[in-house]
Amino acid sequence: MIAAFRTLVARDLRLALREGGAISTALGFYLIVVSILPLGLGPDLNLLARIAPGVLWVALLLAALLSVDRIFHDDHADGTLELIALGPLPLELVAAAKALAHWIAIGVPLTLAAPVLALLLNLPTNAFGALLLTMITGTPAISFLGSIGAALTLGLRRGGLLLALLILPLYVPVLVFGVSAVNAVITGPAPFLPSWAILCAITLATLVLAPLAAAAALRLNLQ
Amino acid sequence: MTTATAEQRAGFFNRLANPTRFMGLADAILPWLTGLAAVLLAIGLYMAFFTAPPDYQQGHTVKIMFIHVPFAWLAMMGYAIITVSSIGSLVWRHPMADVAAKTAAPIGACFTFLALVTGMLWGKPMWGTYWVWDARLTSVLILFFLYLGLMAMWQAIEDASRAGRAAAILAIVGSVNLPVIKFSVDWWNTLHQPASVVKLGGPAIHPSILVPLLVMAAAFTCLFFVLHLTAMKTEVLKRRVQALRMTRVDAASGASK
Repeated sequence: MIAAFRTLVARDLRLALREGGAISTALGFYLIVVSILPLGLGPDLNLLARIAPGVLWVALLLAALLSVDRIFHDDHADGTLELIALGPLPLELVAAAKALAHWIAIGVPLTLAAPVLALLLNLPTNAFGALLLTMITGTPAISFLGSIGAALTLGLRRGGLLLALLILPLYVPVLVFGVSAVNAVITGPAPFLPSWAILCAITLATLVLAPLAAAAALRLNLQ
Repeated sequence: MTTATAEQRAGFFNRLANPTRFMGLADAILPWLTGLAAVLLAIGLYMAFFTAPPDYQQGHTVKIMFIHVPFAWLAMMGYAIITVSSIGSLVWRHPMADVAAKTAAPIGACFTFLALVTGMLWGKPMWGTYWVWDARLTSVLILFFLYLGLMAMWQAIEDASRAGRAAAILAIVGSVNLPVIKFSVDWWNTLHQPASVVKLGGPAIHPSILVPLLVMAAAFTCLFFVLHLTAMKTEVLKRRVQALRMTRVDAASGASK
């Protein structure tokens, strides 16, 4: 079963690498949103420094949201998902494997792009480490919560919009604690550790519980 | 004798699984429930306007509490009803659970919206601002979005039973928000008032204000169930009309062959 899990993750990563379009779209969208905000808000570097953690996190969420649709979509479209569902791996682990592959293929690159984009927003230099740490621990939650939405809206015609409406309320805790952890390092009397610990707790909980919900939704949509 | 005990053993919820029996029960209850809601509402409003004293600081604006707090409690209860119905739908495949969850969503959304609006109208004179992004207000706003998501989910999928199961999964995933709303004022430093009624050590409100509040809460609960039962009856009738239409189309196409 471990071998089957690894094979599925490796397959998804290979496909993501060969196709390449989704990750470049997500990175491009991330860059564009982070660039457009200062153009709208004005070039005041102090203002940008204050809002930088929030902007970077929100833009990351939106970029990830655009890409979670494809977690199950391609495999469902050509029938591969049904074959995989009939295989040796329980559907919960299938969902977990695909969400994990999504995180490695898209969540990690977005996280690595964040410090580069933080330069555009004049993020204080002592916050770069906290930014990377919170994002690398928060993006798995984003991928796994996204997999629930992707499984629920599988096969729907205008599923993308509905997916955003369903998933964004679930993303709010990740966003709130991620930004508060980074802000704690920049401004604060409030310490970094509590916010970051809660963020890690949320991620760990989603790693376990999200595959259950996603598998239930997949079972519903595959019959 | 054996059938009588088998019927008794069938249990309350099992017997309700038959839509016709449910309709009968709803028809029997509704007039009484409507009357009770009207009476309690009349008593509660009288007590709120005439018996309850004005606050020493806020004056009479404190009386918005008598509709704001029941709206908020009912908003949370509505989502709890949806969660329980969703579990009934997924685990036991109870036929009426789908109907209960589907019809409770718009009603709960309205109650949440009214809780937010009355809260905003109360916040302006009391706090000086219509809105603040503290934990309680944010989590209730998230609850509103969850209701909207559920309604959108029901709209998006055409097949009723598949829509029901998908919405059930979504409702259960979102139910993690309910304890967050309840304890948000304890876990965070919020502008919203901390727990004053449902807390360890009993209510912290004087009975002259607590009693009208509880009467209004009971009135609103009856109102919710009146609206909910009526909506469930309507939904059952809608599905019957749909089935009849299908049979008519089927018969017509069969006859023309």
